[in-house]
Amino acid sequence: MYNEQVMEHFREPRNHGKLARYSAVGKVGNILCGDVMWMYILVERAENGEDIIADISWETFGCTAAIATSSMVSVLAKGKTVDEAITITNSQVAAELGGLPAPKMHCSSLAADALNEAIHEYFIAEKRPIPATLEQRHERIARHRKELEDRYAGFLDQGDRKQQIKGLPGSPCC
Amino acid sequence: MNTRTYLDNAATTPLDPEVFAAMLPYFQRKHGNASSLHEEGRQARKAVEDARRLIAEALSWDPEGIVFTSGATEADNLAIFGLARSRPDRRHIICSAIEHHAILHPCDWLEQQGYRITRIPVDTTGRVNPQSIADAIDDQTLLVSIMAGNNELGILEPIREIGELCRARSVLFHTDAVQAFGRVDLPTESTDLISLSAHKLHGPKGVGALAARPGMRLVPLVHGGGHERGVRSGTENVHGIVGFASACRLMVERRETLVERLSGFRKQLIDGVLRIPGTRLNGDRSGSLPHIANFSFAAIEGESLVMKLDERGIAASTGSACSSPNLEPSHVLQAIGVPIEMAHGSLRLSMGQQTTQADIDTLLRTLPGVVEDLRSISPFKLGDS
Ligand SMILES: Cc1ncc(COP(=O)(O)O)c(C=O)c1O
Repeated sequence: MYNEQVMEHFREPRNHGKLARYSAVGKVGNILCGDVMWMYILVERAENGEDIIADISWETFGCTAAIATSSMVSVLAKGKTVDEAITITNSQVAAELGGLPAPKMHCSSLAADALNEAIHEYFIAEKRPIPATLEQRHERIARHRKELEDRYAGFLDQGDRKQQIKGLPGSPCC
Repeated sequence: MNTRTYLDNAATTPLDPEVFAAMLPYFQRKHGNASSLHEEGRQARKAVEDARRLIAEALSWDPEGIVFTSGATEADNLAIFGLARSRPDRRHIICSAIEHHAILHPCDWLEQQGYRITRIPVDTTGRVNPQSIADAIDDQTLLVSIMAGNNELGILEPIREIGELCRARSVLFHTDAVQAFGRVDLPTESTDLISLSAHKLHGPKGVGALAARPGMRLVPLVHGGGHERGVRSGTENVHGIVGFASACRLMVERRETLVERLSGFRKQLIDGVLRIPGTRLNGDRSGSLPHIANFSFAAIEGESLVMKLDERGIAASTGSACSSPNLEPSHVLQAIGVPIEMAHGSLRLSMGQQTTQADIDTLLRTLPGVVEDLRSISPFKLGDS
């Protein structure tokens, strides 16, 4: 199912754990859905005045693809300027891993989203103007989160047995 | 030497060498079509009918009522649709919320056609309360279908009681005994239809049976040459049927020692796995099949757990959403009310006759480290939830 590159990142994940010192953290996913990613970034100002992602790490609750994509995003973003890191896309993450099984493509979007959210938080903390693409993506992620929470609201109501039996709505969760 | 530890016998079991030997002649030397008049055909016919008798005997059933199928999925479908089509006046079916999809999905389909389906909830261990079935039966009820032993949890359902109450109310009772047959006693006298599958019994894949009361009218799903008394057309899978019967015979012969051994292993698994912090047993210690145990681990996800174990040479399975083709967590874990975050971190371990003490030791030695590894990269820490 998974190719050897994906398995290699799963076996030997890069940059996992929580940074001792970090500038911002991006949190995406939903435990109800089976995937949660937290992406920590440490941003430092280079001599030429550019903001660099000097260090990055992540913590992930999720499947093999979720873990491998977290690892790959961290590799792609590390050492890049913040402006460069913003441009990392889902499809780039999946492509760098040599592709993911179709039902798991969602995981690659989660990993890129987590990075996006970390950078978004960094911009807010630094009170810097937020680039349009970053903001748009942030809004999309927030909308998606809201949708998920609404969709699972019934499930959380443990009093309603019937809801549980009917099962969760089919959704490309992970 | 085989260095793999195979603990996914509820998914499928390795073919027993004796079963394989019994099947072999029917691939080449005894290759006849059981419907042919000649010597080769008669030989095949005899093999099929001997197999039918053997399986009937194991169930204390009339051989007339055994219909060979392509497996339990077809047997379950035949029970539901075959009866629905023969009794179109009755448009209500009762099943449990934790049936196999081979029951649930036919019921879903009939529901779309206007049938009423009552899905009986289960308690937190996965057991159906027979009273709730008694309460659900009405004069429209066509069938009650409750599995004998659940394939994810291993929990045994009170099918004797359910069968008897169905009989008292003149409602037909079907049980999917795929996991239970050969491992526990089945109350066949109070059951009208039973689904079986060979590959869960160290037999071959792609063959099973529906045992029905002789004379019960089932409208076929597969029309053709009128095989299996017109209920299931298609040239008999002779080698498969021979293997199925051979597997049944071995299961019955070995049952006592096997069940004792596997029950001991199951207890070791439960005791050992629950020593890992943040772990729960899904199902129950007692009143269960001897070969299946299901656990949940806080803060980790089941698909990655299965893949990590696979990397260490251990085959197991999970009910996590990420492992299923439809990306939903197992309906069984949901039905027993496993907290949703724990439902994502489930692990099913299931044993077979080839399972050894060394397999159990390997699992118990490997699992804590694997769980620890995954927890070390998880944003959730124990005690969070
Ligand atoms: C309880 C139960 N019913 C039905 C089936 C389907 O059996 P088969 O694989 O023979 O179609 C299985 C196994 O997948 C099962 O565990």
